[in-house]
Amino acid sequence: MKITLNNSPEDIERNEISISELLVLKNFVFKMLVIKLNDKVIKKPDYATTFIKDGDTVMVLHLVSGG
Amino acid sequence: MLDKLKDKTVGIAGCGGLGSNCAIALARIGIGKLIIADFDNIVQSNLNRQYFFINQLGMPKVDALKTNIENVNKEVIVEKHNIKLNPINIPHIFADCDVIIEAFDLSEMKTLLIETVLAEMPDKYIISGSGMAGWGNNNGIKTINYGKLYICGDMTTEISETNPPLAPRVGIVANMQANQAVEILLKIKN
Repeated sequence: MKITLNNSPEDIERNEISISELLVLKNFVFKMLVIKLNDKVIKKPDYATTFIKDGDTVMVLHLVSGG
Repeated sequence: MLDKLKDKTVGIAGCGGLGSNCAIALARIGIGKLIIADFDNIVQSNLNRQYFFINQLGMPKVDALKTNIENVNKEVIVEKHNIKLNPINIPHIFADCDVIIEAFDLSEMKTLLIETVLAEMPDKYIISGSGMAGWGNNNGIKTINYGKLYICGDMTTEISETNPPLAPRVGIVANMQANQAVEILLKIKN
């Protein structure tokens, strides 16, 4: 399936994938992330039960300390 | 053209290195109203990058910043909140803002603010800062955009003892946030 991840097109060799699985697949190692699936913010407890499907837009963001 | 800024309100979440410098930049060019929030008092170590002065040590940051903004431009209306922001009070405090500036230092607070605004206030623009520790690498600093969310910074350099937050790079990012805010404010319809 084709998704958009952080503004870039991505080909995932699955029909659907959970947020948790995507984080492992794409090697997002940071514990604290802001994740949006299409227009919805997904909170950490829902990562395993929220599924990304063909055509979806995903934002995975890690904010770095400092300011 | 800049007259349009007089009718605009910008929220500043955190009045440290990013928030104090961003607020001053917006005040200088005639923003109508700033809503500033922070729970901290000024300490000596803040003076390496934050827009405060030696005679303001010990003062609440929001009180000192209001004074400094008014010393730059008396026309700006400043609403101050000496409070720790949380998911409950964020939507109330920043309800009337056209743009919200995320200006915290800790990753946890940045994440909390962005999550809250994206989920509870989806019509708001939010401009965050991420990655500005140390010095050098001018060209590593950029802006990325996802819908109404903008992130300014190098996205990677985390603060540490050997990589402290310093006036030049923090100031660059604070002013990039202000610059992005102006671009948005002049573009949006009333």
